[in-house]
Amino acid sequence: MNRLMPRALMAPAVVTLLLWMLVPLVMTIYFSLIRYNLMQPDQTGFTGLLNYEFFVTDPDFGPSVINTFLLLGSVIAITVVLGVALALLVNEAFPGRGIVRVLLISPFFVMPTANALLWKHMMMNPVYGVLAQVWIFFGKEPVDWLSDFPLLSIIIMVAWQWLPFACLIFITALQSLDRDQMEAAGMDGANALQKFWFLTLPHLGRSIAVVIMIEMIFLLSIFAEIFTTTGGGPGNASTNVAFLIYKQALLNFDVGVASAGALFAVVLANIAAIFLIRLVGKNLD
Amino acid sequence: MKLLLLLVRTLAAWSITLLIVFPLIWLALTAFKTELQAISVPPTLFFAPTMENFTEVNLRSDYPLYAKNSVITSVLSTLLGLAIAAPAAYSMTFFRTRRTRDILLWMLSTKMMPAVGALLPVYVMAQAAGMLDSIAALTLVFTLSNLPIMVWMLYSGFKEIPPDILEAARMDGASIWGEFRHVIRPLAMGPLASTGLLCLVLSWNEAFWSLNLSSAKAGTLAVLIASYASPEGLFWAKLSAASLMAIAPIVVVGWFSQKQLVQGLTFGAVK
Repeated sequence: MNRLMPRALMAPAVVTLLLWMLVPLVMTIYFSLIRYNLMQPDQTGFTGLLNYEFFVTDPDFGPSVINTFLLLGSVIAITVVLGVALALLVNEAFPGRGIVRVLLISPFFVMPTANALLWKHMMMNPVYGVLAQVWIFFGKEPVDWLSDFPLLSIIIMVAWQWLPFACLIFITALQSLDRDQMEAAGMDGANALQKFWFLTLPHLGRSIAVVIMIEMIFLLSIFAEIFTTTGGGPGNASTNVAFLIYKQALLNFDVGVASAGALFAVVLANIAAIFLIRLVGKNLD
Repeated sequence: MKLLLLLVRTLAAWSITLLIVFPLIWLALTAFKTELQAISVPPTLFFAPTMENFTEVNLRSDYPLYAKNSVITSVLSTLLGLAIAAPAAYSMTFFRTRRTRDILLWMLSTKMMPAVGALLPVYVMAQAAGMLDSIAALTLVFTLSNLPIMVWMLYSGFKEIPPDILEAARMDGASIWGEFRHVIRPLAMGPLASTGLLCLVLSWNEAFWSLNLSSAKAGTLAVLIASYASPEGLFWAKLSAASLMAIAPIVVVGWFSQKQLVQGLTFGAVK
């Protein structure tokens, strides 16, 4: 009884997660090997690797991979660099620090579709948007953000959402920084830059790694922001791998090709996952 | 010199913060403008606030239905998730075996599967079961995608409960059930509450599954807001009012529990 009980308690979670992982995976692999188009139900049969070939030779494939990494890389760079700077800024005491910290996190809790439309309309509209007004105020021609810089626009929206997350993690990490050590370094004549480079940055190393990897997991499949603003366009200018799979599946109804793409996305995500799991695993006493 | 530094720091911190929060402030302001004021050039800063948008959104766009769907799916998936995750985390914390660590890491790895990788099978299954655009399907998918995070967060919370207390209870002859009721339950309320909160936030804001699996019947607020992307997007004041109602509750929850929520998302890797 006492030996069975712990297993019985664990079983529901283990079984549901196992199903949630295996069933879709097996189905995706199966779909990727057959002819399966929702609009052409009469076409069936095993096609081997034809779906993979089709997905990879799609003219949108190359750009979508590049866009995925551009989006990922830019957002990570922006959030980590600005996040560290911001965390250092609000780490010391100043009037209203508590309120600032609370306000800062707000964008992280805004749902992606609301975030996207807020930026698309109220901020980036080339005629009535706030940014256009600012540009006019400085005597410049307003920018049509979503048509002329679609990927950059998405990057701005996503970075706005994730900067607060990164910042909060860094603030938490800074709190365990050894103050005595910092003071000792100061006494030994280290300047602010040296203290940052040799003490603060190494201390933040672990949390930077965590932020990068968690953002990788979530940003590899950015979808809602693209879906609600640019629809992947103009052309394929803001299509990432996740959106390309969606297009193949629910707009072209080609389940086979989309499944091949989905497996590609899974492999991509797993590369990121291996690193994160190792890092977290080390922390498990 | 020190005072100057403090002044610079205060000014910099406040202006950067206001800059970052500005879009949200603007959204809140626009929600109380008339449609004409919302798109006026130059922007209207001083105006008589109107509640018209909120009543319009409530009457015209079925807002209450979508809000109801959001509340039902996020609350149900949170409760269901806790019901499955809590026993598992409890077992892993207090009856550790050699394999516990592997199971935990495996659970984490399932969270890293990109949602888009499971989209087609889930869509096809939901279609076959007649569950497209149903609250049941959304609740189930939300629960499953949050489950790994919930087990992890509960596990790291339960680990803080001192094992001595349990040993004392076992010495006194408490059964597993008695031990759970009298010793663990009171101490576990904290982790359970913060895990539930995180799950609530994640489900409320979830957009990938709700956009793909639901529309007019079971759509959540994320879907309603997305529908403003096309024609209605021209009505900025109404979009703002709808968005404000959709995000305000969660942002306020976030303000009060930011630390636990963000730590939950990092799987306890940053202390």
